[in-house]
This record gives sequence, structure tokens and C-alpha cells, in this order.
Amino acid sequence: MKITINGKECWANPGETVLKVAEREGIKIPTLCYLKGLTPTGSCRMCVVEVEGQRNLTPACAFPVFEGMKVQTNSAKVRRARKTIIELLIANHPPECLTCVRNGNCELQSLAAEYGVRSLRYQGERRHAKIDVASPSIERDPEKCILCGRCVRVCNEIQGVGAIDFARRGFNSIVMPAFDHSLNTAACVFCGQCIVHCPVGALREKSNEKITWEAINNPEKIVVAQIAPAVRVALGEEFGMEPGSIVTGKAVAALRRIGMDYVFDTNFSADLTIIEEANELLGRLKNGGKLPMLTSCSPGWIKYVEHFYPDLLENLSTCKSPHEMQGALIKSYWAEKMGIDPAKIFVVSIMPCTAKKFEAKRPELGGRYPDVDAVLTTRELANMIRIAGIDFMRLKDDHFDDPLGEATGAAVIFGATGGVMEAALRTAYFTVTGKEMADIEFRQVRGLDGVKEADVAINGTTLRVAAVNALRNIKPILDAIRAGNSPYHFIEVMACPGGCINGGGQPLPSDVEKTEKRMAAIYRIDRELAKRSSHQNESVQKLYEEYLEHPNSHRAHELLHTHYYNRGE
Amino acid sequence: MARDTFQQVFTNCRHSAENPCSYFIDCITSGQKCHQSEASNQRLRRLKDRLLLVEHDHPVFLVGMGTCGLANGAQKVYEALQSELAAWDAKAQLIPVGCVGYCAREVIVDVKLPGHPRVSYAEVTPQDVPAIVEAAKRNEVVGDKLLGVYEGVSRNGWGGYPVFQQLPFFKKQKKIVLDNCGVIDPDDIDQYLARGGYSALSKALNRMSREEVINEVKNGGLRGRGGGGFPTGLKWELAAKAKGDKKYVVCNADEGDPGAFMDRALLEGDPHKVIEGMIICAYAVGADEGYIYCRAEYPLAIQRIERAIADAKAYGLLGRNILGSGFSFTLKLKKGAGAFVCGEETALIHSIEGKRGMPSPKPPYPAHQGLFGKPTVINNVETFGNVPVLLNMGAEAYASIGTQGSKGTKIFALSGNVNNVGLVEVPMGITLREIIFDIGGGIPNGRKFKAVQIGGPSGGALPESVIDTPIDYESLKDIGAMMGSGGLVVMDEKTCMVDLAKYFMTFIQSESCGKCIPCREGTKRLLETLERLTRSYRSERTQEEAMQRFQGMIYLERLSEVIKSTSLCGLGQTAANPVLSTLRYFREEYEAHLYDRKCPAGVCAELLTYRIDTDKCTGCTLCARKCPQNAIIGEKQKAHYIIDEKCIRCDQCRLNCKFNAIIVE
Repeated sequence: MKITINGKECWANPGETVLKVAEREGIKIPTLCYLKGLTPTGSCRMCVVEVEGQRNLTPACAFPVFEGMKVQTNSAKVRRARKTIIELLIANHPPECLTCVRNGNCELQSLAAEYGVRSLRYQGERRHAKIDVASPSIERDPEKCILCGRCVRVCNEIQGVGAIDFARRGFNSIVMPAFDHSLNTAACVFCGQCIVHCPVGALREKSNEKITWEAINNPEKIVVAQIAPAVRVALGEEFGMEPGSIVTGKAVAALRRIGMDYVFDTNFSADLTIIEEANELLGRLKNGGKLPMLTSCSPGWIKYVEHFYPDLLENLSTCKSPHEMQGALIKSYWAEKMGIDPAKIFVVSIMPCTAKKFEAKRPELGGRYPDVDAVLTTRELANMIRIAGIDFMRLKDDHFDDPLGEATGAAVIFGATGGVMEAALRTAYFTVTGKEMADIEFRQVRGLDGVKEADVAINGTTLRVAAVNALRNIKPILDAIRAGNSPYHFIEVMACPGGCINGGGQPLPSDVEKTEKRMAAIYRIDRELAKRSSHQNESVQKLYEEYLEHPNSHRAHELLHTHYYNRGE
Repeated sequence: MARDTFQQVFTNCRHSAENPCSYFIDCITSGQKCHQSEASNQRLRRLKDRLLLVEHDHPVFLVGMGTCGLANGAQKVYEALQSELAAWDAKAQLIPVGCVGYCAREVIVDVKLPGHPRVSYAEVTPQDVPAIVEAAKRNEVVGDKLLGVYEGVSRNGWGGYPVFQQLPFFKKQKKIVLDNCGVIDPDDIDQYLARGGYSALSKALNRMSREEVINEVKNGGLRGRGGGGFPTGLKWELAAKAKGDKKYVVCNADEGDPGAFMDRALLEGDPHKVIEGMIICAYAVGADEGYIYCRAEYPLAIQRIERAIADAKAYGLLGRNILGSGFSFTLKLKKGAGAFVCGEETALIHSIEGKRGMPSPKPPYPAHQGLFGKPTVINNVETFGNVPVLLNMGAEAYASIGTQGSKGTKIFALSGNVNNVGLVEVPMGITLREIIFDIGGGIPNGRKFKAVQIGGPSGGALPESVIDTPIDYESLKDIGAMMGSGGLVVMDEKTCMVDLAKYFMTFIQSESCGKCIPCREGTKRLLETLERLTRSYRSERTQEEAMQRFQGMIYLERLSEVIKSTSLCGLGQTAANPVLSTLRYFREEYEAHLYDRKCPAGVCAELLTYRIDTDKCTGCTLCARKCPQNAIIGEKQKAHYIIDEKCIRCDQCRLNCKFNAIIVE
């Protein structure tokens, strides 16, 4: 059908919204509450346009096109409405831009600049609410909240967690966990998707920058950094690079400049995880263990099971997540090798994740010392690089330290949904058959679909596997497991939509296009590596020879496996 | 006392909820179709005469026990009557009825003696009861509490008393929807049936196609009575044509406007009429399930609805295969938790679904995608109440009432500074002046009329200059108000219009759901602007605060326009109306507050100045002694003075002065 936008005729498909058509036509309409892929709520009214025949202004995000429709997206009336909305938001927003974590990266700030807000036309009472800093992962500042509801919808509709929602009415409206509890005591899984969707500084990670700097500045401490696969394909965005730029070498160089004594690759332990997990799966298959086995690398997902499906805890793989394995090895195997007192070691994990911060604080993850001492998000690392005065773009590539720096292509794909599954299958096939697969790329489990399934024949046995991302999608599968009619043997679950590449600690803001580009980069790294299966990692092989003996050995269990808690009540 | 039912008076009637007969209602209205015999017809006539109080052997007393009656002590009156009647005639009937509309004169007690017309007493207290019963024993009337004698039956020697229906309060009313309210026992489905109840449903199911029902409603010109005035027939047609494996009918009984109690009274007084309208609607659009969404603050209405649903079910008028038509409809009651915004249809839907009551953008309209995503008709209580009336009268007769664009009647809740506070049903096209002065009896205490707020917080305050406008949807919009659900709050000269706007803005602000920015944030700033106007310069601590008072006023209209044109739902879109209408008609009052720092009506306490008329002051010192602030000084027998800085405007000096020496400006 034909519609007219700003006097220009354009084609539109029935059922499309005005916003969608305008986007295609290159006409910019500002939005705040709009989230691609979710039902529009039309709550912020930023996207209002004038539609001929309509009494009032109409939200472009929700209003469907009709034949012969005439739209004005930038009339004087529209501009005044939008500017007023911005002014009203500012009137109820703390004037703390200069000290805000989102300074320079805030949608309200940009809109105010775009619409030329130069004075405070409306002034009066502001919302007063206490900051919630109790959790180890996420801080919530309701005073900065503009109630766009993006976090609420992501938490409810994409993650299916529902830890936060609107409460109270009118000017007293506020987003909060039930009964105004802290996120720390609510059924929040700390995935951080609320943060990556927050347009302002109302949600942010609990910063570990300060304790990291203190460790670096302490001459007694040996500071050891490790870096997750998904960080290397996203960190560049913080410095203006294209999404999907691979900056592994620069990141290593930057970490050394910041003052890290050693820089390891979490991918080493990802390879190790695969060996342990593949053997655990084969063991369960052989000995009639709990099936389907569920992966355990995503700490948000683990907490989800602990809260909502505690009866399925035994289905979870007992493997620690890779950075926790790495931390445990740094403070045991590597410390012994180097003759360093593990008490002096400070392990910093650079993660795309906020739930990892909570995970690092789990008392069961560590022996005398915690496996990991600090967790920095990709964003925090970028802050530290800036503070350290490093010109990131001009850094020369550097290499990880040995031996915990070697990794295969199987490890790097952990960063994308389906990657753990693919890596595990590569190694499981080899472990059972003693042969490498002809084609090691499992395209069925790649991509951004919420649930991806595959049947894999290994020596005459068919394994039914699934890779799931975004927690909403796992619910029906867990319900089926509960009911005893799940067809699967092995399921990979990543809490965040797209997996770690779109984790709660990644550069802001997040969207599908960026996630796709980061994903492509992950697979590019894999493709360009000579060794693409975890069992080919020589340093891992050496680790077993020198220290762990064999997969799932007693020592491996002590260092690399864990247990879970029922958080149901 | 076991009572006869309609089925018992019929010969061999096989009708039951499980095995319904399509003639059941027709038999009640016009005599048994099958097994016709003189005996059975006679039994039917006798039963109807008894139910309609035409012929009965024992005295009948009826007490107005709607919420208004109960608030005025109807329970005590009822109990007093109970004991008096027990001592007199064991077979005397005592029936609680709904509100007849004359709330100002509650408790209303009607007496119907065999062979006499029904009489109505007003403002009855328990102390009046013995006299009323004693008089009844002698077939007499107590003159001083008498409101009127019903017309219709032989007046039998009571000709000297005023005719109830001719009282000024009732004379200009046209009761077609409220005709049963306060007249019949709302808990007795037989009384509703005896007065032709469910005959419209029977007509629709037995003699009309779905399309014919919709066309009839369209031709009758019925428009939504909840405020918006959307043509009801059109709404039904959209839902009927919408594709869906299931459809719903929802009755919006979440009446929340300050000063509105139409829906409550109708549900308390005649619940079956609303239910009948809903069943007809369900038949017309092809729905098989319905909800009445009634606010939990209406406990009596809820009780009545529950009883009525159960009775209708037992009679086979709700449930499977209604009157043998093959059409099935079940009805549930859902209690609202008290959010004003849940009166907005999409918020109401979310609330029924168990979600937070917040509106969502339209389209999709409920007629296409409503409750649980299915096509849904949502109409207001009064709209459904009009449906049986329209079908019984026929579209043509119904459309002959009212004006060109607005047909039928409208129920208004008349309150505020008016003599006859109450519920009135008037034909569309009547003027506000007629309602306020003829029906409402004008302004009490000899004061002057100032304004009438129509349409609750979404409407506007109208001054005397426009109250001759005929009431219909369009004319009201033209003068900056809206029909609204039917609240009419009358205000006299002692009302401050800035204070009024502030009141409504406070209401809107605390009832805004908080979803969209213009409503949530904008109404707060409007409210603050109005608050600054009514605050004294003494509480403006800085120059900046004084500047804000002006700044707020400068942008008041601009902000109001943005809120109006940008808000998500009707609540926000109309939120600024009280401000805009008072600004339009009472601008000088705003200016007095802003520039002169005075409240001409003497309402905004902070802006008042108290001083003593030195000519009148005798120096009795009483005021100085009563003043809690020691703000009054003066020597004995000499004129006193008030120190303005200390005065807190508590009014004690004026209240205590015996010489009228305190001047308040």
C-alpha cells in the first residue's frame, strides 16, 4: 500500500508500523521505550507523529499503516510535544550528568542535545528513592529511572524472570523488585540485560575497578588477568571501532599497560571445560546418569535453575564455568609451577557478564582463596584503559602468557550461543570414535534462534541436543524435563539472547545487528585457527599429564567441579 | 414464606435451566402458550398483581436501602419497621429496595396498603416508624413526612396529597432505565420478570437475527454512556465481524469519577436490567463469556450482581442453551482493586487478565483484540441498561427521545451545592439549567450559582453563561466539557475555581497509572503550578520560587495542550480539561491568585488576610484569647489588631467574634 510521510509517497506493507516504514525511508523518529521485536507499549510518547484524521498525536512505534495514510513526523506540533517530553523527564531527573556512569552515553542526554533543550521550563519535586547497591552484580538507582519500562520488558518478556516491575501510581510510579526488596534478595539472575537496555544510568554493574586498581598498585600482589572470548569481539566498540572488530592482541597489550602482571586467556579453560564436560556427558550416558545434561557456563542461567527449577539441579553439569576453572588453576597448578604463594595472587576476570560478579562471590568457588578476586565487565575494562591514558587504537598486538594462554577455535566459540554445544560435540565425537569429524562446523546450532536442535550420530548412537539462548526459551524445555518427556540428551543454555556476545557486561547499547556482527567475528576467529577442537590443545594435554591425571579425576573434581543450591524459597 | 414462582402457576411447564423452553418469558408476559387454560392465566395474573403490588392482601413496606439510604441510617429504620410489623401483621412484607434517586431525602420508606396507592415517606428515622405504622393500621398517611402518593391506581381518598411523579424532582425526568430502581426488590428476579424483564432478551433470541439486533441498536442511536459516546451498535458490529474462536462481553462497572454514582445505583437497584443487556449483546456479537468488572468499593452492588447472576442461571437465562435458542453465555464477576485508570478499557482488560492495570495503545481495539487477545465488547453499565429498553421500545420510539445526535436518556448524579442531591434520568437535549434549577431545586443557603463540573476529572467547569446549552455529546464538547459518565457537581459562589482545578489535578496525579510521560510527569507539573498559585508569598522562600509561580503560569496552557495531544489514554488526554476549562471561563480568578495574591472566593486559606474592623471592635479581647498564635494584640476596650505575619488563618477569631468585626479578604 501507499502512504505519505512528510509529503513523500512511499510503499508500506499492511500491518507495519509507521516507525518501521519511516526507518526504511531514512526518516528518523526518536524513541525511548521502543524495543525491537517486542510488542510496543507506547509509553514514552517520544515517537509521536501527526496522522491526518487523528485527533491526537500518534505513537509511530505502535500505530499500523493504512492505505492513503498521511503522516507528518516533524511538524511544529510534533517537535513541541517531543521537546516537552524531554523537558518533563529532565525536570524529574537528578542533575548529575557529569558524574553519571552514562555520561556521554545516555539517551536522555542525547535527546536533550538533539532537541535543543536550553532551559528548565518545568521545575518542581523530584522522585526520591534509595539506591540499591546490595547485590554483587547490579546497582539500581531509581532516581535516575525514566520509567521507559525497557528493563521490565526485557526481564519479563525476553528473560522470563520477572524480577522487576512497575509499582505505585502517578508521580510515585517506580520500577522495583517485589515489595521493594533489593535485587540481591529478589529472584534476579543478574544477567544484566536490564543494564544493556537502560537508556540512562538507572542500572549499572557493581564496579570492581577500584579493587582492581588497588591490587595493581599493591606491590605485594601478583595480578593475573584473564579475558573471556566474547570480550575480544566487542571491546573495540568502546573506542569507536565497528561492531565485530577483533581486538584480542590490543586487549592483551592494554591489560599489560594497565599493570597486569600476567595475562591469560579464559579460552584455555574453555577447552578444559569441554574435555571435562564431554567426559561427564559420556559418563552419564554410559552409567545412566541424569539426562538431559545441562551446561553450566552461564552463571545467570545457573541462578535461574536454582531459583525456579531447583528440582533439576542434578541435571546441571557439575563443571565450573571456564573463568572459575582458570582461577582455580592459576592459584594451584600455575602457582606451584611458578613457586608463587597463592595468597599473593589476585585474579581479575574480564567478562562480558554481570552474573560472573555474583558467581565469583560464591563461597563454594574456591578453596582457601576465592578462585577469582575481581570481575570486570567489558565496559569497566574500557574505563580502565581510558583512565590509564592508553591510546587503544594505536596499541600493537600482544600475546597471552603461557601456559594458560593457549586455546583452540572450540574455545572462542563459547562466546556465541550454540558454541559450547558445537565445541563439546567436536570433542565428544573424537573421544568416542578416536577420529576427528569430517565437518566440524555444526550449523544447526549456530545463529540467533531461541532454540536450536540437532541430532548427532556418534558410533551408531544418536544424540539429541539443543542450544537455547534467552531464558524465556528454556522454560518449556525445563517443564518437559520435569514432566519426564524431554527428548534431549544434552542442552546448552546461555542466559542472554545471543549468548555472551550480547551479555550484560558488553558495550552499550545492545541491538540485534551488533550481536550478529560480534557473532560473525567469533566464528571468523575459529575458522582462522589451525586447531579447532579442545582435545588438540597441547597445554591442556600437558595439564592432565602433569597435574590432573585424567578427565573427571579426583583432583579435577576438587578444582574444576562444583555444586548448586536450592534458592526456590 | 415459600412464594409462588412463575413456573408453579403454569400448567405442566417443563422449563428448567437444563431443559429450557423458548416460550418461558413470553408465557410470563402474555399468558401461557401451551396448556392454555383460564385457570392458569388467572393464577398468572394473580401472581403478577401481587409482584407488581397491584392486588395484595397484606401491607407492604419498602425501604430504600441503596448505599445512599444505608448511609442515612436505613438499616436502623428497617429494623424498627421489622419489630413494628411483627407486632401488627405477621404477613406484612418488608422489602429492601434500591435508590429511587432522591438521595437528599433518604431514608425513603414506601408503604403500600391493600386497596390504596403506594405512598412515599422521606427522611424517615427510626423514631418516625411507630407513627407511620400506626397510621397504616388506620389506613391513613402521616402528613409531615410524606413525599408523595404514587399515581396510577385509584387514590382512594388520598387525593389531597402531592403526586409523587409530579414532584419537581421527578417531573422533568424520564425514567426508562431507572424505572425499576427504588421500586422493585432488586434481589427478586420475579419482580423484574413481572415488570417485563427479560422480554427484550426473549424477543432477540426468538424473533431476531444477530444482525437485526445490531441494526436495531444502531437505528436506536444508542451511544456509549461511559463518557466517550461511541455508537454502541457500531462497536457491536465491529466485534461481531471480527474473527475469533472466542469472544467476550465486558461490563465496565469501575465507576470512579468523583461525584459519580449512576452505575452503582443502577446495579444496586436493578441488576437484572444490566445483565439482560449483556446477554443480548453477547448474542448479537457471538460471545459466550462475559465479565462484570465492578470496583470492590461497591460491596452492595457486588452482592446484588452475584445474587442476580445466580438467579438468572437458575431460571435458565444464563448458561447453556438460553431459552432453547442454542445460544450459551456465562457471566462472571470480577472485582476491581480500586484503580481509577482501570475504567479505561484496555487497562480494565489487563486487570481482568491479572496484570497491572495500565492502558495500551489502540489500535488494536478491544473489538478486534481485547480480553485474552479475543474480540471483546466493553460497554458501560448504563449502556447495557439501555439495551433492553431500546429493544422493548423499538428503535424508532427510542430514537424519538433526545436530540439529533444523542438519543435516549442520560443518568446524572447531581451533587455539590444543590438542594436536591440525587440521581436523575433525563432525556438528552434537556439543559443544564433545567437539571440544576428545576430538578435540582437550585442552590442552597440563598447563594448564587457559580459553575457546574460535568464529566468528572475529564470534563470541565461550566459557568452560568453556557448552562442553557442542551445536553448532548457534541454540544458539550463545543463548550469545553464532555458528557462523561454523568457526574454533575454544582458549585456556588463560595467555590474557588483554582482550588477546584487543583482538586481534580491532585486526583488525576494520584490516579495516573504512571505509564506515559506526559500524564505521569506533566500532570505533576500542572498540579505544582496550581499549588504555587494558592500558596502565600510567605511560603515562597526565594525569589526563584516566586519566579516559578509565574513561569508555571506562562507554560500552563502549553503544557496542557501537549498532555492533551500526546498522552496514551483517555485519562491523560482529558487530564488537563479542568485546568483548561476553568482558565477559559474563570481567567480573572487565576489572575487574582497570580498577581493580587488573593482568592476572591475566600477558599485558598494561605491567600486570605484577616483584619479587624476598628469601628466594630469593642475590645472585648475574646479573639486575642482564642488566637492560638497570639497574633492579635490590643488593649481592653480598645480596637484590636491582627499581626499578619503571625496569623495562620485558622479562622478562630472570626468564628468567636460577637460583633462581626473580623474582616476576611
